[in-house]
Amino acid sequence: MTQYERFLDTFFNPEVMANYFPKIVEGLLVTCQIAFLVVISGIVFGLALALLRSYRWTPVNLAIIFFVDMFRALPPLVLILILYFGLPNVGFTLSGYVVLWLVLTCVLAAFSEEIFWAGILSVDKGQWMASRSTGMSYTQTLLNVVMPQAIRLTIPPLTNRTIAITKNTALGMVIGVDELLNEATTAQAFSGNATPLMMGAIAYLILFVPVVYLGRYIEHRFAWRKV
Amino acid sequence: MDALLQQFFNFDIMMQASPIILRGFGMTLLLCLVVIPMGLLGGLAVALASLSPIRAVRWITIVFVDLFRAIPPLALLIFISAGLPFADIRISPFTAVCISFLLNNSAYYGEIYRSGIESIGSGQTDASRSTGLSATQTMAYVILPQAVRNVLPDLISNTVEVVKLTSLASVVAFAELLYAADMARSVTYNASPITFAAILYLIVLWPVVRLLSRLENKMQN
Repeated sequence: MTQYERFLDTFFNPEVMANYFPKIVEGLLVTCQIAFLVVISGIVFGLALALLRSYRWTPVNLAIIFFVDMFRALPPLVLILILYFGLPNVGFTLSGYVVLWLVLTCVLAAFSEEIFWAGILSVDKGQWMASRSTGMSYTQTLLNVVMPQAIRLTIPPLTNRTIAITKNTALGMVIGVDELLNEATTAQAFSGNATPLMMGAIAYLILFVPVVYLGRYIEHRFAWRKV
Repeated sequence: MDALLQQFFNFDIMMQASPIILRGFGMTLLLCLVVIPMGLLGGLAVALASLSPIRAVRWITIVFVDLFRAIPPLALLIFISAGLPFADIRISPFTAVCISFLLNNSAYYGEIYRSGIESIGSGQTDASRSTGLSATQTMAYVILPQAVRNVLPDLISNTVEVVKLTSLASVVAFAELLYAADMARSVTYNASPITFAAILYLIVLWPVVRLLSRLENKMQN
């Protein structure tokens, strides 16, 4: 076999590819599913925290800031290992799937709270005053006047952050969630061939390259034009 | 409540595990000292290439950046550490971590530098060139210092992410902080060593996160 043929045989072996294709697709679907759930719950939770913070109720705000700091400063893998291996010993067993979802949701909530909060702060005080003086309540002002303006500023950073955190679904491999990376490494171990790893990498690219492009487009589309 | 404390904040177990955990902490700091400068330099190279006058270079850079922003860092690390041996290339976990971090971080830092450079008006270049500075001098002495100042919060924020990412090295058995803590966890059947590791991460990163959130809110006002 020439060097080139050996390379193809190791990384693009058609037989191995056919064998493990269904497994890789299954893994890809699980990855998509967790990613979808994390995006929804993380952003909703983060938005709720930012809205709550805008009422500037000191004890609540301190709690929110503490939560956000923790989940911004700690590596997600550390949190995943603590929950996955620690909780069963206190009689509280969560599956790897739930642990992964819970940790990534909290991480995304923390980052998106900061982004939404920065958006809320960016809205001019005059908007608040004008709206309140027309007779709207605080909550009405927040939801109908301030948020629509704040959201615009938050979309580019929020998209980028969401993409970065969604890719962390690969961490599920470490606690045995049967997502894409796990299926790929398992198949690589069973087949003794690197083709499944290559398939996994390609599957990730198929999934995330369009998302990265979308992020680029949104960043461009929503950029503040310099005056 | 007592069971929770015993399982997550067991002081005796933390003390017992502290020698190996602190050694792991040292390895994490060492790894950061290697991968952060590498990423900052690689990112600068990527940013300059993405603004190159040669179209082919620009296109290759865009593909590079999108590729390595699209693939999860852990998948890249596993691909390099488990895939390269199949191509008869034997590398240590440390080298695998360095290669994958260089690829991933250069893409992210590169995008940050690029947005910084693009935030500087073209008048700066015109003025600088007309005083007789060369294109390279203009970039090094006029554009970059202003660009870096403009994107400093983003650079710091990405560096925090890089420090957090070093925890992935534990998956390929590089003996850094999380690896050491997880070893201790599996021997003691107790999560306290990982809590200890979490506390060490917090000691390093919490002040930086605090600073960042002040910087971000200050820029809004």
